[in-house]
Order: sequence, then C-alpha cells, then structure tokens
Amino acid sequence: MRLRFVLALAFAGSAAAQQGPKPAAADTAAHKVPPGPGAVALPNADPFPSTYKPFPSKTTLIKNATILTAAGPRIVGGSILLKDGKIAAIGTNVAAPADAVVIDGTGKFVTPGLIDTHSHLGVYSAPGVEANSDGNEAVRPNTAYVWAEHSVWPQDPQFPRNLAGGITTLQVLPGSANLFGGRSVVLKVVPARSVQGMKFPGAKYGLKMACGENPKRVYGNRGGPQTRMGNVAGYRQAWIDAEAYRRAWDKYLADPSKGDPPRRDLGLETLAEVLRGNILVHNHCYRADEMMQMIDIAHEFGYKIRSFHHGVEAYKIADVLAKEGIAGSLWADWGGFKMEALDGIDANLALFDKAGGRAITHSDDPSGSQRLNQETAKGMAAGHAIGIDISEDEAIKWNTINPAWALGLDDKIGSLETGKNADVVLWSADPFSVYAHADKVWIDGAMLYDRSDPKQQWRTDFELGFVGFTGGTN
Amino acid sequence: MRTARMALLGTLVAAAAIALPAQTIAITGGTVYPVSGPAIKNGTVLIRNGKVAAVGANVAIPADAKKVDATGKWVTPGFINSTSVLGLVDVGFGGGSNESSAKGTDDVSASFQPWLAYNPLNVLIPAAREQGITGVVIWPNGNLVGGQGAFVDLFPGSLPDVLVKAPVGMAVDFEEDRDAGVQARGELIGKLAGLLEETRAYMANKAAYTAGKTRAFDYGRANLEAMIPVVTGRLPMVMSVNRAADIEEALRFAREQKVRVILYGASEGWMVAGKIAAAKVPVLTGAMNNIPRDFTELNSRQENAALLRKAGVTVVLVGNAGGGDEENFNVRNVRFEAGNAVGYGMTWDDALAAVTTNAAQVFGVADKVGALKVGMEGNVVVWDGDPFEFATRAVHVYVRGVEYTQPSRKDLLTERYKNLPPDYFKN
Repeated sequence: MRLRFVLALAFAGSAAAQQGPKPAAADTAAHKVPPGPGAVALPNADPFPSTYKPFPSKTTLIKNATILTAAGPRIVGGSILLKDGKIAAIGTNVAAPADAVVIDGTGKFVTPGLIDTHSHLGVYSAPGVEANSDGNEAVRPNTAYVWAEHSVWPQDPQFPRNLAGGITTLQVLPGSANLFGGRSVVLKVVPARSVQGMKFPGAKYGLKMACGENPKRVYGNRGGPQTRMGNVAGYRQAWIDAEAYRRAWDKYLADPSKGDPPRRDLGLETLAEVLRGNILVHNHCYRADEMMQMIDIAHEFGYKIRSFHHGVEAYKIADVLAKEGIAGSLWADWGGFKMEALDGIDANLALFDKAGGRAITHSDDPSGSQRLNQETAKGMAAGHAIGIDISEDEAIKWNTINPAWALGLDDKIGSLETGKNADVVLWSADPFSVYAHADKVWIDGAMLYDRSDPKQQWRTDFELGFVGFTGGTN
Repeated sequence: MRTARMALLGTLVAAAAIALPAQTIAITGGTVYPVSGPAIKNGTVLIRNGKVAAVGANVAIPADAKKVDATGKWVTPGFINSTSVLGLVDVGFGGGSNESSAKGTDDVSASFQPWLAYNPLNVLIPAAREQGITGVVIWPNGNLVGGQGAFVDLFPGSLPDVLVKAPVGMAVDFEEDRDAGVQARGELIGKLAGLLEETRAYMANKAAYTAGKTRAFDYGRANLEAMIPVVTGRLPMVMSVNRAADIEEALRFAREQKVRVILYGASEGWMVAGKIAAAKVPVLTGAMNNIPRDFTELNSRQENAALLRKAGVTVVLVGNAGGGDEENFNVRNVRFEAGNAVGYGMTWDDALAAVTTNAAQVFGVADKVGALKVGMEGNVVVWDGDPFEFATRAVHVYVRGVEYTQPSRKDLLTERYKNLPPDYFKN
C-alpha cells in the first residue's frame, strides 16, 4: 500500500525529491523604495518588478456579519465597506453608498484574507512530476544567489485551491536543502501570465535559511556540511564574506567617482541586503538549541531573524523568541517524522502566543495551506486543553496580522482597519469550525472567488481540458 | 529525591505494560451514538468485563458500577484509523526504527506481516488514544504486493491480546509503477496476474512443488502461501488506485480473478461511483484531497467521499491529503477527515460510520468493534462536544473497558515547558 505521508517539503530531501516588538525603522523606509536597498542604490535593485494591478472591483458592503478584525475585539452585527480596493469603513453602523453591492452576512463571519508565510506553490507545482520540481537548488549548500520567483509557475493548479481556502497572500520560499536556499517572493493569489503579475507590490524579499538535518543530509556525502557544526561554520563563513562585500559596495556607492564598482556577486548581494536590513531572514529550524545558536549568529553579524519556520520546539524558548522579536511560523500539530521534529506538541502555537511571541500558523504544505483556519483551530483547542485561554479574536491573528508582520506588510494587510487593502474573506460560518467554507474572497476589493458561482472560480491553464471539476461548489 | 522520581517514572512505564483489570462502568446522561442504531438522548452505556453490557435509555445500573457522568456530552464507539503504521515506526526518517516496509523479492512481499514488530509501548499510541482512537489497521508500505495488514486495539498488552484480527487484507499497489518494479500500468497488471496464476498453480501442485517436480516459479513458497487466501477470496486485496479508468480496471481485474478488493485512495472514484457501488467494493479515502498531484489524480475533489457514499459505496474515511502524518504522529486527526467530509456533503451519521463501524465491517471485525452493541468490546469515547469539531476533546476513552490515563509524551513535554524556564527536576 502506498501510505500517503509524503513529507516532501518538510524534508526538502534530495534535489529531485519531494520532498513582539515593533518593526524596525528600516521597514518604513523600505516600503517607500521596495524591494531593495534603502539608503544605498545597487546597480538594479528591482530587476523583476511587480506588474500586478488590482482586478476591477465594485464598491461592496458586507453587512450584519460577525467580523474578526485581527485588530481588536470582534464586531457582532458588523458591516464592512470595500471601496476602490481599500477598506473604506468598518463598524456596526456603516451606510451603503447608492452604487454599492450589498451582501447580507447574517450568520456568517468576515476575516482578513489569510496569509501563509511558508508556501512552495509554483515552485513545487502540481502535478508533482519531476519536471515540476523547482524548489531546491540542491547543488551546493549556499545558493543565496537563486530567487524563488524564477521557479514559480503561475499556472500551478494549487493557486486557485488556496484562494478558495481564503488565502490571499503567500510567501513562496525555496526549499530547505541548503544552508542558504535563496530569495523568497511574496505573491498575491491571483491569476496572471507571469510571476511578476502576482508579486505583491512593495513587498520585501526574504532569505531562506535552513538549520539541522536537511543540509547535512543532502551534502554529507557531497563535500559537506556533514554535521551541525559544519552547518554553523557554513553560515558564519558566508556572513564574513557578505560583510566584506557590503563594505566594498557601500564604500564605492558613497563616492562612485573614485573608481570602478566592485564586481557583482548575486549570492553576496542578497546576503549584503540582509546585513543592510533590506531583506528579511526566514529561518527553517526545528530544535530549540539550534534556534538559540542561530540567534547568536545573527547577533555576531548584526542581522535580524524575522521568523523561524517550523520551530516545533519554539515552546521551549518562547520567552527568548518573544524577547528577540522573532516571529514563529509554526505548524499546529506536525512532528515526529524525523529526529529534529520529535518533540512537536499540539500547544506550540498557544504557548508561543502566551509568552508574547508573534505566533503564525504556517503550512509548508499545499493541502494544509488551503485550511490554515482549521490548523489554527487545532492550535487554539490545544491551548484550551492546558488552560490557555486563546480567544478567536486572538487566534485569527495567527493567520493574518502576525504573518503580515513577518512579511513586513502589516501596514497594508492582515487586519480589517480603514485604509488597509481590502483583502477580505466571507465565511459560511465561524472559520474555526470544521464545517465552515470560504464563501467569497476579495483581494484589493475585487471579488476573485465565489463558492456559489462556478464562473467566479479561477481555473489555471493546466486544468483546462485536464480537469473536469475544480471543486468548490456542492 | 531525583532517584525517587526516576523510580516513580519507572513504575509508571512498567504499569503501562500490564493489562489493567476492567471495572464495571456506567456512562450516564450523555447523548449516545451507538452507530448501529439511532442516537439515544440521556442514554447509558454499561461496560462490564471489558465488553459493552447494555446500551439504552433505561439501563439498570448495578450497585458496583463506577458511574461516569456524561451529561451534556457525546458518547460514541472508539474511532478507527484504517491506514496506519502506528506501533511500527518510532521516527519515520533519518534514524530510529521503521518496521513498515519489507525488502521483498521482485517487489513482492506478500508474506510480510508487519505486526510481528508491533510495539504496544510506542510513544505515539497514548497520543492517538487520548484523542479518541481505540483501534488502528496497520499496513506495510511499498512494493507491488506489500504484505498483510492487521487490526489492532490500542492498549498496552502482548501482541495476541491487542490483535483484533490479522491478517485483514493484502496491500497491493495498482498504480505506482516504480513501487511495483515495472514501468507501465499494463505491465504492472500483467505482473500481478502472473503472481495470482502462480499461486493457483502452486496451490494445485503443492506436493509436486515440494518434490521439485514443477516448472520454475518466479515467487518463493512464502509469498505463494501468503497469496492463497487472496486467490480463494478469503482475504481482500487493498488496492491503491486513483484514476477513474484504473479503478474500472481494478474492478474488472477483481471480477476476472475472482478476488475481493477494497480500493484505497480512489481520488477519481466519484466519476465511477455507480460502478464501484454495483461491484459492492468498499473504498478507503479522505475528505481533504483536492489537488491534482499526479496525472492519475487530475479530478481529485473534496466531495469525493460524499459522492461515493451517495452512490451507495461503503466509505471508510482515512487521512490521505498528503501532509500532517495521519498515519502515525497524527493518527487521531482522522476525526477531522470526518468533519471535512460533512463539510463537503456527507451526512453526519454517515461520517461517523465511516470512522467506526464501516472500518470494522470492511476488515471483518464488525462483531467486535466499531459500534456500541451488547457483547462488543468496551471501546467507548466520551467527548465534550461534536467529535468532528476542533474545539472538542475526548474526556474519557475506554479500550476494552479500561480507561488509560497515562500521559502521552507530548503531554509530558507540554507539562515540562508550560512555564519557562523549565524545572528539569520537577517535571
């Protein structure tokens, strides 16, 4: 029998395999000139610029719903007005403009669009044939020079399934075979002809790093690293090189008249941008002790880790992570599948939240990503079971404003507040019930998914002719 | 002091290995879902000598019974996870023991009985049981014919005690050519037919085989012996298969070969649901698989389980969405497959049957487990709400009439790190 636990991505095995605090000041500056170099100007900071344009939208009022805002207590009998791509008003007494489409939300729930900080959609597309395995450049332990967006296939049929699950923003990461996997990309879950058409305008890049078993397994017989100490030596040497590179470039840029520019190096360019605070570090790491070592490395070289990913032992050091201002992109209940995942517990998210950490429900899985609300519901229940009273108003943050912060986008998305992007989900019931569905999903005020209308259900090129039914209606 | 604690812990572990005496237990006041009949409001379940002794609205409670107040709660049979490797795998990858796959000969390991390595003290068992799983079916992994499955009740005891039935089926891969050591589906089917033919030839000429007077066989005696119950129709083949056309071929194969089959996966089963129902072939499938993750699963959809049921197929819900390890670490999550099945069109009662009595029926143990009927094993769960909801917890779990309260390893870790920094001597 072929049992189904594939583990492809958590493993990120071989190349072919499937395998707190306020944002730093640099954030604000970077949002103005994104993504990129802030104070300095590299040769071309944004060679693959976003071409995303919001889809046509109608002024829409959803009324009489229970609204989980992720910015405070729920609004019962609430209304929310979406206009010109933004949230124009929210409250219990919102008047509908004459031209507004009015949707009765009686008995239903409204939340911000959900955000997944850990996706491999488009880089490990479906069907999972070898030709679609584009997530791990497992040729050497440091591939900081690759960019995930160059692997993303916009016609991956997994994208519309995510949208139907109420997911509106994804961070697509390279896999975890390498110490430095490369740049991530933040996407809106929208149909487009190119990845540039999906790129979230203004989003910073992320850098994928990986601890522990994966790099040492993949390279153990290929020149190393073969051990965890080899892993750490690999990170430190790369940061030493990156710091020298950054100094050379910053010196040149301070006065370009004084000579030729240094020779560009794609990998060091990415690492130097981390040192300048312009790229956010997303670090795959399971064990508490290894996370502590990664924190010391970050201190040694003067960069910040934005979020640990997987962190099945985050609960053991939740106090430290909260103090360091490092978010935890965590599973609700995965664990046990390898030694470094052995100590996974169901209350990880809840304990992390209770300690003051920014808890994030992440997926690393195309199935789990469609049901981030269900995963959060599990984590909340596990908290309740040990006496941690996580309210739904708090838990919704694990899917919305906390991941928005991890991506440096919390000023644009992740909560339902006037002026923010109108990324909104209307749920058939309490989204933490197993029986709830996303009924309608809006991105920048445009309704891009309607469960009751097959014409409002995006089908990728791949599905045409191949797939007779995409699911969603019943 | 430390030594004393260590000793205490040792006692705990040792105690877990000894079957506890079953008390007489009366679970009263809850809504009882016996599965074999309609729900009973304010019902009583009486367990005596490890078996269900009475179920109903008016049950006389013996004076010696331990009363468990289930007012406001839901009482069901223990849930069953039908596609598991629980007790066979300590750590799936990168170390630890994994006793779930055999080497085999020419991709056939029909004689493989993975339960011979079943460890009733595997640390993942309490984590499954404390959230309402009282029985699992454990299977081998890999190969064209992977080996035999066994139905196990989740309590600490010796193998003969915990086995409900073995074997319950023969695992056959009808789809993954690589696992079968072939390159094409047609080649795979031919290879499987060849094995069945050889088994029949062997069965008819055992004496000649022993005397070395038969033609050369591709497969050894152990594998051929193991296949005899399959060709005689006593043991079903559990066939992994997903594409609609391949499902039809599997049904045809079963008819022609006169073997019993159970389909596993069946992502596109909804497209041929009527044919599956007409063949009276049961299906093991999940409710959260909607990704065309292979060219054989292009038409996967979440309504699959509900549509199969609607067509009259006996559906057993299992975890097969691809992530989250519902086969080992997260065995208990099969109840959320049931919830999602309801979300996508199955009736609640059908979903409950799909994680209880249907599994028992399909594997031939419906007289023992999967429902609350007099004489059946006292495998009972008391839930504090709808068992398919995330917010619900199992508050009492009985296996053969015994409530095991031993904390899981997860519980112990949680207790140790609930308050930081941890006190390594206290917890």
